[in-house]
Amino acid sequence: MKLTFSIGGIHPQENKLSRDAHIETFPVLDVAYISMAQHLGSPAEPVVQKGDKVKVGQVIGKPTGFISGFVHSSVSGTVTAVEPKGDLAGNPVMHVVIAVEGDEWCEEIDRSKDIVREIPFSSEDILEKIKNAGVVGLGGAAFPTHIKLNPPKDKKAEWLIINGTECEPYITSDDRIMRERPDEIVIGAAIMMKALKVEKCYIGIEDNKPEAITSMTKAASHYPQIKVVSLKKKYPQGGEKQLIEALTGRRVPSLALPIEVGAVVHNVGTALAVYEAVQKNKPLIDSIITVTGTCVPHQRNFIVRVGTPFSKMLDAIGGLPKDAAKLVCGGPMMGKAVANLEASTLKAVSSLLLLTEAETKRKEESNCIRCAKCTEACPMGLEPYLLNKLSRIGGLYDELEQEKVHDCIECGCCLYSCPAHIPLLDIIRVSKAEVLTIMRNRSLKK
Amino acid sequence: MSTTIIYTIVSLVSLGLLFSVVLYFVAQKFKVEEDPRVDIVESLLPGANCGGCGMAGCRAFAEALVQAPAIGSLFCPVGGDAVMEKVAASLGKEAVKTEPKVAVIKCHGTLDNRPKTNHFDGYASCKGMAALYSGDTGCRYGCLGKGDCVNVCLFDAIHIDERRGIVEVDEEKCVACGACVKACPKSIIELRPKGPKNRRVYVSCSSLDKGAIARKVCSVSCIGCGKCVKACPFDAITLENNLAYIDPAKCKLCRKCVDECPTKAIWAVNFPIKVPVAPKQEAGQSSVMNNES
Amino acid sequence: MARLLVSGAPHLHVKESTQSLMRDVLIALTPSLLVSIYFFGFSAIKLVLVGVISSVFVEYVIQKFILKTKVTINDYSAAVTGCLLALNLPPSSPWWLVFIGAIVAIGIVKMTFGGLGQNIFNPALVGRVFLLISFPTLMTDWSIPESWFRSGVDAFTGATPLAITKEGLSAGLTLPEIFAANEFTFKEMIFVKIGGSVGEVSALALILGFVYLLIRKVIRPHIPLVIVGTIAVMTWIFNLINPDIYTGPLFNIFTGGVLLGAIFMATDYVTSPMSVKGMVIYAFGIGVITVLIRYFGAYPEGVSFAILIMNMTVPLLNKYCKPKRYAKEVKNG
Repeated sequence: MKLTFSIGGIHPQENKLSRDAHIETFPVLDVAYISMAQHLGSPAEPVVQKGDKVKVGQVIGKPTGFISGFVHSSVSGTVTAVEPKGDLAGNPVMHVVIAVEGDEWCEEIDRSKDIVREIPFSSEDILEKIKNAGVVGLGGAAFPTHIKLNPPKDKKAEWLIINGTECEPYITSDDRIMRERPDEIVIGAAIMMKALKVEKCYIGIEDNKPEAITSMTKAASHYPQIKVVSLKKKYPQGGEKQLIEALTGRRVPSLALPIEVGAVVHNVGTALAVYEAVQKNKPLIDSIITVTGTCVPHQRNFIVRVGTPFSKMLDAIGGLPKDAAKLVCGGPMMGKAVANLEASTLKAVSSLLLLTEAETKRKEESNCIRCAKCTEACPMGLEPYLLNKLSRIGGLYDELEQEKVHDCIECGCCLYSCPAHIPLLDIIRVSKAEVLTIMRNRSLKK
Repeated sequence: MSTTIIYTIVSLVSLGLLFSVVLYFVAQKFKVEEDPRVDIVESLLPGANCGGCGMAGCRAFAEALVQAPAIGSLFCPVGGDAVMEKVAASLGKEAVKTEPKVAVIKCHGTLDNRPKTNHFDGYASCKGMAALYSGDTGCRYGCLGKGDCVNVCLFDAIHIDERRGIVEVDEEKCVACGACVKACPKSIIELRPKGPKNRRVYVSCSSLDKGAIARKVCSVSCIGCGKCVKACPFDAITLENNLAYIDPAKCKLCRKCVDECPTKAIWAVNFPIKVPVAPKQEAGQSSVMNNES
Repeated sequence: MARLLVSGAPHLHVKESTQSLMRDVLIALTPSLLVSIYFFGFSAIKLVLVGVISSVFVEYVIQKFILKTKVTINDYSAAVTGCLLALNLPPSSPWWLVFIGAIVAIGIVKMTFGGLGQNIFNPALVGRVFLLISFPTLMTDWSIPESWFRSGVDAFTGATPLAITKEGLSAGLTLPEIFAANEFTFKEMIFVKIGGSVGEVSALALILGFVYLLIRKVIRPHIPLVIVGTIAVMTWIFNLINPDIYTGPLFNIFTGGVLLGAIFMATDYVTSPMSVKGMVIYAFGIGVITVLIRYFGAYPEGVSFAILIMNMTVPLLNKYCKPKRYAKEVKNG
């Protein structure tokens, strides 16, 4: 029997329309708008000023605080402004605006296609290189990778888990890199194993990507410690907690990190970025982005320099299609709706998805009929209908905590499956944030 | 038949007696000693349990009043000075005069003034919407119009005008309990003194954007030009982060700033409609808030 | 610039709706309905039509004129209630009986609690029990009206096997004697049995509906299976102890409203528990109470009462039977 996680889960229609589109290089545009908030945690601080000349791969932002990271220029040219600009949600974020002149790269970057297998670096060197290359988790959350690869001293990592599930419908960027660049991913995984000093590595891939499984298995055959595992398709398999359970049978405790059960999870895209950072000295300056949707005439997978405006990417597919009602950055289940088309791509953007009104428009809410479909779907074993009810009464934070609202991973299964069209997750998300704040304040007081 | 009735009555009565005796002793045993003045004070309070005083409810407020050595800053916004005087008299403490306040909305981004740039499709809650993104208009400081303030108001004093897409305070009903101020994720509601004859002047905008941006997204935004600061003869207006603020303590309601403001972001409320004295003056348009379009 | 939609994730939604689920229940009831129309003819059509129309009508009137809220009759939930109510009545019931039942079901049981999703008891069942207590003769009159199938046959009293055995037992007969006097064959019980409510005629048709509901994922199999299993095991044990008094498992499962109740009434979303653990306890309770009423109670049939009694425990079951959580222990701090 194929492995999968045990509680809940849903089977939305896959719609992997762009799975057979090769990764194309998106042209470098005239101007790049590089956000300083490319990662979770505090934004980077710009280290360039208006008028400075920059090369591709040059540091333009330095970390501020523990959870933060470097930002590099993705183009060569002149800095024309360092100013706040709206991100995809419309909130102002510091951006470095660079007028592109030519395509001059930093000398230390190895731009050849040769695959470098030898890993002559120590664990500390690897972490340093990853940190300096500004690598972040490319699964969506954009957590700085060097922190995740450096667990607290008292915790022992046993497994490195590489997440190639790509359980979200529509997106195919991970699928494509697993098919086109499997060796580099596997070497990236080997590098991370060395950094973590672990002996075991699983690469989990859902069984709807047979080509990726074949190519990855072939690439991993050089490494006896790395095992490619085919998983039964179910959303949200790519959730860290669900993937760990599917592969190791262990469950991460409430509010704890995966390292608590000896697992460290990284995305396949991150493995590729780690390979490039360590073996090729190439910082993370581009992202692989699927541009797709049922209303998009040509499904494409691009490799795009960080800082390309969304509107320009849509131009490449012939502009915003007429019947597109929503632009989602990321997958349809957990991605963010784009409010500002002038926002630019980040390191961790994996997809630009155009949805039609029929697909995405929320229907009018009706009474809860207590069908328990949300409870059945919730992969954390929560009761979304109850959390919704408690949240709407207002102020019942103790009860919400008892019902473990803080365990919610915001996967969207509840809202997806509700036949009464109740915006369950919209409501739960707000009360989860409130309960987490209360819990944090309480633990600070102690 | 009659025996059944008698039997029923006797048994029920004796049961009742038995329970009343039990209850009496239980009540005696678990009696909580309480200051009787708390009950008296509570009976004087409005009993809305709105939390406007900062306590959990009227009972908690009454306890605080009894225990406090002086009334000081303890104040019931619902009852106002009238109730506080009665309370002070019953407790033998000195009454403190407080100026009555009212909630004002520091945003006037109606649908006409501030066009929508996208269509929000999620659960109608300002809090959730604010956590998600900047809002469905170009201005990220203004009213989201989903009515979190309306939901918390116990006095039916704040409403959404669907046609214009903005909230409005019913100043007759508003007791300045401050519930809406806490509920608003954009912090655009302020409690301001009602002012003499309910007349007050304030800046109806919360945008910290630079002038050019603010004006582009909303025609009645404060653009931080500073004209009002210069116009004010009493130094009541300060300009910080591209936003003017009128200090109610210093404002003498002269309304010089109202005429000066190029975007009509300053509101003068409840003044009699100005009769235009000189033909070139374009005043009067914004002098009465309640029936402008 | 086009005005795009913006909302929190997820951006996709399942195609199911309350309406489609209720429609699926109606479709699942169709085989039973067809069988009963075949046997009872016009009276079956009449009862179901009156049930559906009057339920929808009562809901409409209450929402439109009394509560003045949004009218939600097109979610089909009132139609399902009306249909189930009619299927739970004897075929000879007069139309006004169904109408009264609908008023009780929708007006009292459903709308007073706040409409769909808020009621504690299954509306159709309360309607039926109300009629059973108020009109005991009409509700136990199992005579079969004239139909296309057996027209011309002498007046046939199709008293239910359960009622016959109960009467026989209270008259001091033993089961073998009763069975000898009345020929019930199991084949008849499984495929068609005359005698019983409109919807109980064919066990096979009900099971067909059950399979449809399972395939469409409208219900989960736990409740019906546990009810039937509990009844089977319990009656098997009793039957072993004294076969003269206690009827056996096959007889108990295929007579009366066990299948109709287990498949369509006990699985009602609103009045059944939310977690699997709760469902199992709830269904087990229904099974036990049904058997106890059948063996020791005054009524020959106990499924309706059993479901209503267990309906009362649902809030409690929801509170204490939580689904299996992913994260077990809570890390301190």
